[in-house]
Amino acid sequence: MTSMPTPSTTRLNAVVPEGRPPRAQRLSGRFSWRFIRTQLIGTAASLVFLLVVNFFLFRVINPHPERTLGRGKAKTLEQLEAIRHRLGLDEPLPVQFLTYLKQVFTGDLGTSFQYSKPVTELILERLGPTLLLVGTATILAVVIGLWLGARQAWRHGGQFDRSTSILTTIVYSMPEWWLGLLLFMVFAAGIGPITGIFPIGGLTSQGVNPWSLDGVADTIWHLVLPVTTLTLAYIAEYSIIMRSSMLDVMGQDYLLTARAKGLTDEQVRRRHARPNAMLPVTTLIALDLAFAVGGAITVETVFSIPGLGLLTTEALRIPDLPLLQGTFLVFSTAVVLANLVANFLHALQDPRVKS
Amino acid sequence: MTSAHRTSPPLAEAAEVSPRALRRRLRRQAAARTWAQLRRNRLGMTGLIVLVLFAAVAVFAPWLADANELRASQATGPLLAPPSADYPLGTDDNGRSVLALLIFGSRVPLIVGLTATVISMVIGTIVGIASGILDGFAGAALFRVTEWFLVIPFLPLALVLATLLGGSLGSVILVIGITGWPSTALLIRAQTLSVRERPFIERAQILGAGRWHLMSRHIFPNVLPLVFANTTLTVAGSVLAETTLAFLGFGDPTAVSWGTMLNAAFANGAVSLGAWWFLIPPGICVVLVVLAFTLAGQALEDIVNPRLKESR
Repeated sequence: MTSMPTPSTTRLNAVVPEGRPPRAQRLSGRFSWRFIRTQLIGTAASLVFLLVVNFFLFRVINPHPERTLGRGKAKTLEQLEAIRHRLGLDEPLPVQFLTYLKQVFTGDLGTSFQYSKPVTELILERLGPTLLLVGTATILAVVIGLWLGARQAWRHGGQFDRSTSILTTIVYSMPEWWLGLLLFMVFAAGIGPITGIFPIGGLTSQGVNPWSLDGVADTIWHLVLPVTTLTLAYIAEYSIIMRSSMLDVMGQDYLLTARAKGLTDEQVRRRHARPNAMLPVTTLIALDLAFAVGGAITVETVFSIPGLGLLTTEALRIPDLPLLQGTFLVFSTAVVLANLVANFLHALQDPRVKS
Repeated sequence: MTSAHRTSPPLAEAAEVSPRALRRRLRRQAAARTWAQLRRNRLGMTGLIVLVLFAAVAVFAPWLADANELRASQATGPLLAPPSADYPLGTDDNGRSVLALLIFGSRVPLIVGLTATVISMVIGTIVGIASGILDGFAGAALFRVTEWFLVIPFLPLALVLATLLGGSLGSVILVIGITGWPSTALLIRAQTLSVRERPFIERAQILGAGRWHLMSRHIFPNVLPLVFANTTLTVAGSVLAETTLAFLGFGDPTAVSWGTMLNAAFANGAVSLGAWWFLIPPGICVVLVVLAFTLAGQALEDIVNPRLKESR
């Protein structure tokens, strides 16, 4: 948008002298030190809070995880005592907390009860499928949802708006896993005369090398239904947010100004309405992305995608407390970091925020 | 806003009635106005009617279906049979009538949804008003804490709490209630801050009103309408949360709910066998209830907060 000013805009610039400075200058002056400092301190405080919650939640509400672990096997007091000692539960609480902090910062999240493997290792193994699933769905949903919301708002009250708004509201009221179950039943399991066309779960077929060309196609084939489910759910959400943000913007005076300048409908929408409507939407999407990592829990369970969500529901059944504690820490840290990114993105888009 | 302070009755009349009676009358008028506005809102009314229907089904469930049909050990029907004359919605994997399950299953989501919402509303309103009205450290600290709770992702937290507390009805209510308050608190805080700046608060302060009087007599009544509208929207979220937790296996295993039905449909293979009559009806009920609460809530919000109306 750094086009040379035409004669007509030069006159306008005389009235409205705020032309856009060159890009390099815009970026360098964007974040003040104060803004960065406040953001970083806030994030650090949130992370400390999360660590405290994560520790005490698991210690205070359930002070005897050794009983969960020893259920059915270790019966005698000595055995329980031995497990307590192994888990470090016989130390005083403050010492336990410090040990916990030290372990977290060295990347040690304990050992899973059910897999007898380090939790960190399990989480890293399962991170990939979740990111693939949630990432693909989010990208698709952002593109489609924002387009849909903007279009609904631009002709709000029209036929397109009314019919699609009802649809998005209905999908928004749906538990995403139920939508997933419906798709699963129709397209994977098959009902009545219809036979399923998609695989019934998992991420890869057996005996296929996931890194070969066939393997990639196979993975995509497995991801079609879960990605569709999440995408539909996110589209509903994003389009609702975008629509209401766009409607907000459309009431503003600067759109009237833009029209008065003689810009076409398309130009007003693309250059003036949409960028401003995107402001609150970007923040929400960045935040949502982190929540989505948690939201994929149910969809991964339905389609048996071996990601973090399925790992969590597997941990729930035992219950595998160290594993649960680890995934919870990952999910909540993701939100805090996304929050930080969202704030910076917001400041980047909206110069008013940086101070 | 109730805008109770705007419609002042003629002075002569005001002298006759006691302040209490006057207040009551003004409130009645405000309620009547809200109702009149709500009746004009087509979507909101649709939502309300659907809610009344579901509430009726939940209350009169024992008359609509035979409770004995719910016992898996005494079920007489064929297993996972499609809809027939005897079983209009087919049977589940235990041979129970899906229709009977559906009728009795409406109780848990509605009870949990409403009670959990009351818990989050009470916590959210108290924290919101307090953080809005308290100056200095206490208010700032409350606001920070609210923000912190807001960033903990809901489902993982709810699952962790449910695991640690066990899966009884009470603990599910508690879990949903204590995970749902932060957004309400932020909303109420914003409203409190805006009410605080209005001239009638200053007037009350000059007349010697203490902090408690301000809070209970001036701030609270003015925040209340927003609380009501938000409550209706929060119930929708709570019902979804209950269904999701039940689907993942948390919930009283002896009580039938739509969520436990869907859990059974998934876990026991009904979905894989294409038994759509066991999967679709409970889901549609959930969607209808959530949609109805959302529509009614949005209608109330439009009335209470007219600035929002344009953005819908």
